[in-house]
Amino acid sequence: MAKATKNNTLKLKFDTLKYAPAPESKSSAKIDAQYDLFINGKFEKPLSKKYFDTINPATEEKLASIANANAADVDKAVKAARNAYNNVWSKMPTKERGKYIYRIARMLQERAREFSVIETLDGGKPIRESRDIDIPLAANHFFYYAGWADKLEYAFPNKQPRSLGVAGQIIPWNFPLLMAAWKIAPALATGNTVVLKPAETTSLTALKLAEIIQESDLPPGVVNIITGAGATGAAIVNHPDINKIAFTGSTDVGKIIQRAVAGTNKKITLELGGKAANIIFEDAAIDQAVEGIINGIFFNQGHVCCAGSRLFVQESVYKIVMQKLKDRIATLIVGDPMDKNTDVGAINSKQQLETIHKYINIGKKEGLEIFESNCVLPRKGFFCKPTLFTNVAQSSRIVQEEIFGPVLAIQTFRTDDEVIEKANNTAFGLSAGVWTDKGSKVFNLTSKLRAGVIWANTYNKFDPTSPFGGYKESGFGREGGLHGLGAYLKL
Amino acid sequence: MTAEKKIVTVPDFRYSPHIDHVGVEERASRFTKRSIKAESKLNGLKLTLNMIDLTTLEGKDTDGKVKQLCYKARHLHDAYPGLPTVAAICVYPSMVSVAKKALGNSGINVASVATAFPSGQASRDVKIRDVKYAVNNGADEIDMVISRGRFLQGDYNFVFDEIAVVKEACGAARLKVILETGELVTYDNVRKASDIAMYAGADFIKTSTGKITPAATMPVTLVMLEAIRDFYYKTGKMIAMKPAGGISKSKLALHYLVMLQETLGEAWMNNHWFRFGASSLANDVLMQLEKERTGVYQSANYFSVD
Repeated sequence: MAKATKNNTLKLKFDTLKYAPAPESKSSAKIDAQYDLFINGKFEKPLSKKYFDTINPATEEKLASIANANAADVDKAVKAARNAYNNVWSKMPTKERGKYIYRIARMLQERAREFSVIETLDGGKPIRESRDIDIPLAANHFFYYAGWADKLEYAFPNKQPRSLGVAGQIIPWNFPLLMAAWKIAPALATGNTVVLKPAETTSLTALKLAEIIQESDLPPGVVNIITGAGATGAAIVNHPDINKIAFTGSTDVGKIIQRAVAGTNKKITLELGGKAANIIFEDAAIDQAVEGIINGIFFNQGHVCCAGSRLFVQESVYKIVMQKLKDRIATLIVGDPMDKNTDVGAINSKQQLETIHKYINIGKKEGLEIFESNCVLPRKGFFCKPTLFTNVAQSSRIVQEEIFGPVLAIQTFRTDDEVIEKANNTAFGLSAGVWTDKGSKVFNLTSKLRAGVIWANTYNKFDPTSPFGGYKESGFGREGGLHGLGAYLKL
Repeated sequence: MTAEKKIVTVPDFRYSPHIDHVGVEERASRFTKRSIKAESKLNGLKLTLNMIDLTTLEGKDTDGKVKQLCYKARHLHDAYPGLPTVAAICVYPSMVSVAKKALGNSGINVASVATAFPSGQASRDVKIRDVKYAVNNGADEIDMVISRGRFLQGDYNFVFDEIAVVKEACGAARLKVILETGELVTYDNVRKASDIAMYAGADFIKTSTGKITPAATMPVTLVMLEAIRDFYYKTGKMIAMKPAGGISKSKLALHYLVMLQETLGEAWMNNHWFRFGASSLANDVLMQLEKERTGVYQSANYFSVD
């Protein structure tokens, strides 16, 4: 064999921790300096005369002033909703109602880029996620429920489905537009009118949705969007002329709401916190399971109520799973949410970042083994490194309590029965994941795990046709799919 | 990435890890979401050029054709100064001596397909002579095909032994083992065949001959890269990878580099450890490089067709 006389092997840096910046353009996003309340088809100044700032959590820069609705504003919105319900919406032929919902869905699709950019600027989630998941899925919810609008008697055979009236809806900051779609679409399809309050840190896309609703010529008052913090939400919950409360958010607030509506005639659904078990068996496809772990806990910075925040790994594969998991974490790009290559964006608010740090410190104090990504965090903005706690036990607080951040608690197990018992040994019951190549094992576990949603060999998959909801302190009632209609109907 | 040095025992290939096809396809498509710009793009394009095994494998190949291809390998596009050369020329055994002479001291390797390429349907004796003929004529690398029929019959020992004797016949030449994933069909089979090839002594594992559709795909390549990673974890030994066939655009090549970078890491990011088997990729990369340099696209007529 002849020896090569020249070395022709090129060594170039393609990527070291980060590719060259690839920022999404902000030019498609039109954000006004100030936003008022959307009541009766018009943007109205708040009676409270008060506004608060909404900021970009990645830069801590102010994006806009948002109206802070008080009880009088809430009352005005509820009156508009009641009026629209009595005089227009409940009397409209169902197929006409469907047309409006389809129109909203199409307009949302047309303006998807603008919504993605604003969702990312206001909430901190990576543009890849808002572009590929949040916004398309929100439009899909409108499309899906638009289809049901004139087919309710087929959805519930031998029953006479009737609408409830005015629905008060309070949504969280983790999937702002998606949660708005999740709440508004079924309510409208079933003939109800709506007063919706987005979370105070992420009001913008809901207000942009109000613009679409205005342009769609939906009759005034059918959807009212009012902004504010906890007090505004309380005013909605306590308003006597509301027939239904739909809440997604923390378990603590959910408990307060349930106390408040006790003894009233209000229907209620609560979708609250979670501490999902993500279970890896030794016969799982390990490389794909590792992806599932990553997707389960680092999707949306872990701000996901159904996040796979408790990882259970069978002891026989623990070492290899951990090795692969750590290698994979090294490739996660943490930083500017507007960069198309970012995998983990900004924590939604300073307050939430403090909560996450509190739990990380608790874990450290308990003496748990900690592993943090060696990524470099931006100096400004609210960011948190992807973090693992290993060798943890059921009795640890980071296993028991919801952290709502990119922090994973890892435990090992030996047998099927053991992991079922441990997975169910929690105050929550929203979701779970099972990874195995064996079909019978999947069916055994899915029938024994007490969780509303169980994924097999995948994680964090959402679809408008699939119901979603929890057991125990994760709430009650189901949203999405056929089940989601029932929550807004008298049957 | 770190590996432990251990005594290597040959595993039972029936128990190679299973692959979840939904999961692996999802992961592969994630790599295509990376947006490669500016310096990363320029470096990626140059690396791609440098990783190409410029290939001609036709019944009608002649000395003249191979000489022209070798000239192209040394002078990809002289209008653009400072370009790297391709990694190797890939030809049939009968063309090795012509290629070797034409490439001279350029540092470009000569790879030869062998072992009754592309079907592999010949006796072991014929295959070994085929390999030795190519090596004696100066081939630096041998691209063998596995016996897919025997593999699908479950005769893993036969496949293993065949690779091992071919490796021995290669001497100092590096051995690429073509799995022909288009004929193996399932990801489980691809993984199993990758494991067999690596434990039997492959220096490279390679997806395809280019004669069967589908040839290289991203999910198949990912399954093989993950097999390489697992082998490295277990033995501390690096194995190289070569997807071949079906990669003709720079954008796709950059997706493959992202996949390589994020699966095996920096150490594999050069032509000693990764190759593209392609005939038309080079010109598309050149077109992109010119576009990066001048800001405008030039027509195909500005790039030589050899």
